[in-house]
Amino acid sequence: MASEEPDDILRMRGITKTFPGVMALQDVNLSVRRGEIHAICGENGAGKSTLMKVLSGVYPHGSYDGEIVFDGEPCAFSGIRDSEHRGIVIIHQELALCPQLSIAENIFLGNEQATRGLVDWNRTNYEAEKLLARVGLRERAVTPVLDIGVGKQQLVEIAKALSKRVKLLILDEPTAALNDADSAHLLDLLRGLREQGITCVIISHKLNEIAEIADSLTILRDGRTIETLDMRAGDVTEERIISGMVGRDLEHRFPPHESRVGEEALRIEDWTVHSPTQPDRVVVAGANLVLRRGEIVGLAGLMGAGRTELAMSVFGRSYGVNISGRLIKDGAPIEARNVSDAISHGIAYATEDRKRYGLNLIEDIKRNVSAARLGKLARRRSFLGGWVDDNEEYRVAEGFRRSLNIKAPTVASITGKLSGGNQQKVVLSKWIFTDPDVLILDEPTRGIDVGAKYEIYTIINQLADEGKAILVISSELPELLGICDRIYALSAGRITGEVTRAEATQERLMQFMTQATHEQEQPA
Amino acid sequence: MTSIAPTDAGSPLPPDEVPPPPRRSPRRFSFNPRQSGIYVAFALIVVLFTVLTDGALLQPQNISNIIVQNSYILILAIGMILIIIAGHIDLSAGSVVAVTGAISAVLMVDLQLPWPLALLITIVAGALIGAFQGYWVAFFGIPAFIVTLAGMLVFRALTLTVLGNQGIGPFPDAVRTLSNGFIEGYLGNVGLGPLGGADVITLLVGIVAVGAIALSQWRTRSARLRYGQTVDPLPLFVLKIAAPSVVVLAVIIQLARFKNLPWVLVLLAALVIGYTLLTNRAVFGRHIYAVGGNLQAATLSGVKVRSVTFWIFVNMGVLAAIAGVIFAGRLNQAGPTAGTAFELDAIAAAFIGGAAVQGGVGKVVGAITGGLIMAVINNGMSLIGAPSERVMLVKGLVLLAAVAYDVWTKRRVGIAR
Repeated sequence: MASEEPDDILRMRGITKTFPGVMALQDVNLSVRRGEIHAICGENGAGKSTLMKVLSGVYPHGSYDGEIVFDGEPCAFSGIRDSEHRGIVIIHQELALCPQLSIAENIFLGNEQATRGLVDWNRTNYEAEKLLARVGLRERAVTPVLDIGVGKQQLVEIAKALSKRVKLLILDEPTAALNDADSAHLLDLLRGLREQGITCVIISHKLNEIAEIADSLTILRDGRTIETLDMRAGDVTEERIISGMVGRDLEHRFPPHESRVGEEALRIEDWTVHSPTQPDRVVVAGANLVLRRGEIVGLAGLMGAGRTELAMSVFGRSYGVNISGRLIKDGAPIEARNVSDAISHGIAYATEDRKRYGLNLIEDIKRNVSAARLGKLARRRSFLGGWVDDNEEYRVAEGFRRSLNIKAPTVASITGKLSGGNQQKVVLSKWIFTDPDVLILDEPTRGIDVGAKYEIYTIINQLADEGKAILVISSELPELLGICDRIYALSAGRITGEVTRAEATQERLMQFMTQATHEQEQPA
Repeated sequence: MTSIAPTDAGSPLPPDEVPPPPRRSPRRFSFNPRQSGIYVAFALIVVLFTVLTDGALLQPQNISNIIVQNSYILILAIGMILIIIAGHIDLSAGSVVAVTGAISAVLMVDLQLPWPLALLITIVAGALIGAFQGYWVAFFGIPAFIVTLAGMLVFRALTLTVLGNQGIGPFPDAVRTLSNGFIEGYLGNVGLGPLGGADVITLLVGIVAVGAIALSQWRTRSARLRYGQTVDPLPLFVLKIAAPSVVVLAVIIQLARFKNLPWVLVLLAALVIGYTLLTNRAVFGRHIYAVGGNLQAATLSGVKVRSVTFWIFVNMGVLAAIAGVIFAGRLNQAGPTAGTAFELDAIAAAFIGGAAVQGGVGKVVGAITGGLIMAVINNGMSLIGAPSERVMLVKGLVLLAAVAYDVWTKRRVGIAR
C-alpha cells in the first residue's frame, strides 16, 4: 500500500463528507509523497473540489468523517487560516486577488509586513520583488494587479503562497484560463518548485498537461477514489486516464461526423474592431471569414488574439468601438447594431463564461431557455412586449430537457445548481430556441467533464446536420481538430491561416497562431 | 434523425403529445420557505397583535384605518419592488411624493383647474421626474443610489420652493374622497345576524373577488395539467385558495360593517392585479427579472437593458405622483415635509416581502405583504400605547430579521451567487 510509505507528506484516509441529500465524498483516500507533483482527476462533481476544501479547512474538522495526517501529525483544521499556518495553501480557479491593490499588497494581504502595527512599505515591496523573482514574474511589485494579465495574476497567487512558507501547494484548474505560453511557463514553475522541495497537488481537466508534469495521479469518480497511478514511467495514456474517470472506455473523444456543407450563410468581410478602452488600439484587423450551412468551422488563437472580441463585435457590436467591415448574410448585406438585431438576423452567440455572461443563475431552466427570444412565446405583442404563455414556455423547455438530455428533475430547477455540462446545455437550448442560422460557440466545453463534452459535440454535429453554420472558438486544439471541418487561426487580431480538417495539425495551427506575435511575447 | 430543436412554439402541439410526468408526486408537496415564510410571518404578527390588543386590531374601523393610512406606502412599494428586482434602488420616492403633492395643490387649489385635468398633469409631472432620474441611471450609467440621493434633495428643495414654509389646501372634494372616502352604499345594508348590518355592494365585491381568484387559479391549474406539469395535489391547491379567500372575505365583511369599501382599496387592488400580471406574464416584466438576475447575460440575450431600466424609473415616478396626490388629499393639504422617509418604508416593505438585495428576485404581492406587516406593527403597537421610538425599534429589527432569514434560507438551499 502506497499509504504506508514513510515519505508521505499527506495522508487522507476514509474521508466522507455529506451535504443534505448528497454524499459528496465517500471513504476517499489520498496519499501524496513529499516533493512530488500529484494530480487529481475526475469529472465535474466527482468530488475533487470538496476534497480540497476538506483538506484546507474550508469545511472544518467535525463536518466530515475520516482522518488527515499532514507532515506526520494529525490535523483538525477549523478554518483556512489553520491549514495555511501548517503550510497548506490552496489557489482557487477563480483567483482571489484584489484588482485595485498592488502586486505586493496582494501578496502580503492578511500577512502584512508591519512593524508596531504600521505597514513597512519598503520591506513589503522588497520581499515581494524577491518572491516575484522566484516565480519568474518580471513586473514591479507596486503595479496594480488589474494591469497584468490572468497568467501573471496566477503567478502572483503562487508568490503569495510562497510568502506563507508553503509546503503543500494546491492548484485548482490553474491553466483553465491561460493560453498555451502562459500554461507552459506555469508548468515549468511547478517543476522548479518541486526541485525546491515544495509538494504540489494539481486539479486539472487538461490531461496532456497532467501526463507531462505529474508524478502520480489519483482519479476520483462519484465521490470515491478509483485509483492512484504512478506517472513517472510515462506509460499512462490519456485514454487510460479518461477510462478511469468516466468508468467506461470512451473509444473516441469525438463523435464521428460527416458534414454536408451547403450554401454560404455568413460572410464577414474586412472586419476591424478597436478596443473600447484604448480606441487607437486595433483588436481585430481586417478579418475575413466565411461560414457555410452545415459546416463546423473552428477559430483558433491564443488568449488575447481577439477571438472573443471578433465574435462579440459581430454579434450586435457587443464589443469594441469604431467597428468597420461588412456582414453578408445569405448573400445580402446586413446591419446588426445591437444584440436583438443580430438575433433577428439569425445570429446566435454562446459566451465563453456561461456563469457570468450566459445564464441567469437564480432563475430556473425554462426562464433561461426562453430569455433570448421571449417574444416568440408572447401573445398580443403590442402592449408591454406582449404576454408570455408560460405553459408554452414549459413545453418548449421540457422539449429541450429531453432532446439535449439536461440532467435536472424538472425545467423548474434553478440553473445555478446544475453542473457545468448541464448549464452549457441550457445555454445551447436558449440559442437554439432563437432559430439561428449561424451559431457562434465560444469555448463550448470549457470546464465541463469528458462525458458531457462528448454530448456537447454530438449536439454541435446535429445542429450542423440541420443546416446551421457553426463557428467554434476553442483554446483546446485537439477539440478543434476533432470536430471542425475547417479552422481559421487568429493571431494578434489577424486571420493568419485557414486549414481544412485534412491538412490541420496542432503544429501547423500553432505556427499560424503565433505568427507575428513573437515581438509582443518578449518581455519589455 | 429527429430534430434537435423541439417543435416550434408557433405551431401548437396537441398537448397530449407531451407524455405527462407523474401528475402528483407526493414529494412535490412543497413548502417553499423563502416564498411562503412571509405569509406565515404576517399571519403570526396579526394573531400576536390581535391577542395583545384584545381584538381591537381586527375591529372594522381599525382595519379600514390600516388600509387607508398605509395606501400610499403600498403604492410606492409596488414601484419600488420593480426597481429593486432590476437591481437598483430609489431614495427619492418620498421627495417625489412631496413635490407632486405640491404640484397638484398648485393646480387644484391655486389655479382652480378641474381636478381630473390637474391629476393628469401631476401624473405626467411624476413621469417626467422618473424619466429624468431614469435617464441618468440607464443611459448615463450613474448608480441609482447616487442619482436618487440627489433626487431626494433636489425634489425636496423644489417642494420647498413651491410651497415655502406652509401647506396649500384645501383639496377638492373628489380628491379627498379618493384618498379618504368610501364607496356609497347604493344597494343599502343587509343584516348579518350578530355582526349587525353590512353594506351589500362591499359584500358583493368580496364574493366576486373570491370567485375570480378561485376561477383563475383553477384555470391555471388545469392548463398546467394539460401540459403535463407537476401541480400541487388537490387538497393543498384547495387550501391555497381557501386560506386567502377566507382572509379576503373576513376583511371585506369587516369593511362592510364599518363604512364601506375605501376608494383607495379599489385603486390599490387594481394596481396589485395589474402589476402582478405585468411582472409574471408581460415580456417587459420578465425582462426586469432578467436584468436584475444577470445584467450581462440579459444584455447578451438581446434584452434592451437601458430601456427597461429607464421605464421602471418612469413607472416609479407615476406611482409616486399617485401616492403624492392621495397623501395630500388625505391631509387635505400639500405640506413641505410630506412624504419624509416614505422611500425607506417602501424599501423596507420590498425587502421584508422577500426581495433580494442583489436583485432578480421579488414579487408585487410580497412587497404588499411586507408593507402590511409594517402597517400592522405600527398600528398594533400604537393601539397598545407603545411610544413611537419603540415602534421604530421594532420595525428596524423586523427588517433586519426578514433579510437575515432570506439570506439564511438561500444559504441553506445552496444558491450561491
